[in-house]
Amino acid sequence: MQRTDRWLGIGLAVLAAAILWSARSFPAVPGQKLGAGFLPMLIGVGFLLCGVALVLRSLRGQGYERDADAPVIEEHFGSSAVIIGAIVVYIGLADRLGFLIVVPLCLVAVFRALRVGWRPSLAWAIGGTLLVHVTFYKLLRVPLPWGVFRPFY
Amino acid sequence: MDAVQTAFGLVFQPYVLLVIALSALYGLFVGAIPGLTATMATALLVPVTFFMAPVPAVAAIVTATAMAIFSGDIPSALLRMPGTPASAAYTDEAFLLTKSGRAELALGSGLVFSVLGGIFGVLVLIVAAPALAEVALKFSSFEYFWLVMLGFTCAIFIAGTDPLKGTVSLLLGLLISCVGLENPAGAPRWTFGNAELTGGIALIPLMIGMFAISEVLRFATVVIKPEMAVDRPFGNVFKGQWALLKKYPVQLFRGSVLGTVVGALPGAGADIAAWMSYAMSKRFSKEPEKFGTGHVEGIVESGAANNSALGGAWIPALVFGIPGDSITAIAIGVLYLKGMNPGPTLFVNNPQNIYAVFIVFILAQLLMLPFGWMAIKVAKQILRIPAAVLMPLILLFCIVGSFAINNSMFGVIVMLVAGVAAFFMERWGFPVAPTILGVVLGTMLEEHFFSSLIKADGNFLVFFERPIAGVLGGLTLLVWLWPLGRRLLQRGPSPSTA
Repeated sequence: MQRTDRWLGIGLAVLAAAILWSARSFPAVPGQKLGAGFLPMLIGVGFLLCGVALVLRSLRGQGYERDADAPVIEEHFGSSAVIIGAIVVYIGLADRLGFLIVVPLCLVAVFRALRVGWRPSLAWAIGGTLLVHVTFYKLLRVPLPWGVFRPFY
Repeated sequence: MDAVQTAFGLVFQPYVLLVIALSALYGLFVGAIPGLTATMATALLVPVTFFMAPVPAVAAIVTATAMAIFSGDIPSALLRMPGTPASAAYTDEAFLLTKSGRAELALGSGLVFSVLGGIFGVLVLIVAAPALAEVALKFSSFEYFWLVMLGFTCAIFIAGTDPLKGTVSLLLGLLISCVGLENPAGAPRWTFGNAELTGGIALIPLMIGMFAISEVLRFATVVIKPEMAVDRPFGNVFKGQWALLKKYPVQLFRGSVLGTVVGALPGAGADIAAWMSYAMSKRFSKEPEKFGTGHVEGIVESGAANNSALGGAWIPALVFGIPGDSITAIAIGVLYLKGMNPGPTLFVNNPQNIYAVFIVFILAQLLMLPFGWMAIKVAKQILRIPAAVLMPLILLFCIVGSFAINNSMFGVIVMLVAGVAAFFMERWGFPVAPTILGVVLGTMLEEHFFSSLIKADGNFLVFFERPIAGVLGGLTLLVWLWPLGRRLLQRGPSPSTA
């Protein structure tokens, strides 16, 4: 955590510089000294101060007492990566291929990543897709993308 | 009086009552599943409430959250896993009671004192909100500026454990609120030529990401196998509750008062109320040595506190548009969507809607007894449903819900980015609540700060000249300077200066 905080502090300072640099170009309200850049400037200064404070605090080793007590937990980052990947695939392909094709595939991938068996994965993926499609498309009239099925609809 | 009658008419309709009943079942279910929080329940409800009239929409949120906060106690007692963070404070206590063969007492006290605490919070809301609204009608930009600042201060210094990281979270929220055209100059800020960004970053997909997607990611990352502590049918959960009520009236009252106050503080919700209340219960108990061994006193006090916090959180939300917790932050978004813009004028222009919300609150608390009793009866069946099957379906619901708000894929992108950001924020020790507060209140802060600065014309004392503004400003500065003052006091006069 200590080292992470140091990098986060540096990252915040860089972000602050970008905010301050871009906020200079925001226009003022006519007849006033202040304008659209006022709050962004304050936020930029705030980020800069916080970034510096985080770096200084991590260098001094303050505020990390709880790290030692934290229990060691088994972690699976692969499963989270599959979930993020599934959302990215949906964003990229849903309009082209359609909700009814992309969603079952994404869901099966996520079910498998969470160690659900093949059969229940397939059953839940297809059932879940149809249920959500009926609820949102038919009942709530949300225009879920049809994709390749558009000519048949 | 007409408004009250109209309000009863608005609530007691078959459609609204059906929405309340279904939301109750949904809230009980979500709250009972470890890993699914009450805030997540609210965020997932929004896409559905989007298609409802204002009263049933708010009724769905109020009922679902009240039920979820109670049913979070069920897996605490049976699996040693809090169903929602609000039950975490007394999970060990409830589990130890179950282990010692007193599961009925653990579950029953959770239910009964949740209802009593919840009713207390609602009564305070009903009395305090209209009275505060009368005062708030006279507020100028100075009062609102200090109110928002006090809200931020509470979220960082009182609710959080690390003020520095809390400040970073808040600034992140304010940064998000800056995106778009809504600023004093009406100029595009960080829109990068994207038409979607000119309207700002949509609140609901952001909330769905921060409170639901992040939980799904967290669930996928950490593998925990819970084990059921009891394998027999439950007896009467109400047995012995009257005796508890007679034994612990002070604890019930203290927990309810603390819960309501903590709930009303921006950024601090039911979970913090429960932790503080449990600590207070132990400190003032006649039998503090029994705490941590399966003692019901702490469950009575903090169980009442977390449900009373729900009513408390709605006080600043309805009167000032300042959320008392993450749930009301989402609810405020829904109120705006429904044209029920929170603020004192809501009490003047649409009193029937406010009264309807109050009626729903009372109804939800009363329904909690029979519905909660049923939930306990079928708890073992609910808890056998593997969360690994639910999470992908929740993910799908999140995607479709984020899309449905504006019928745009941009909502799904916002949801994904917010979800990943919240996941890492939590890992790195940054609280999420101040970010949400920053996003919800950023525009309000900028508007009131800007007009106050113009009115002040360089004289900063004007910020403190009006009596209420002066008190609010003084309070804010006091909380800011308190850590410094405490350090100086602890150090005491040094020998050289003595």
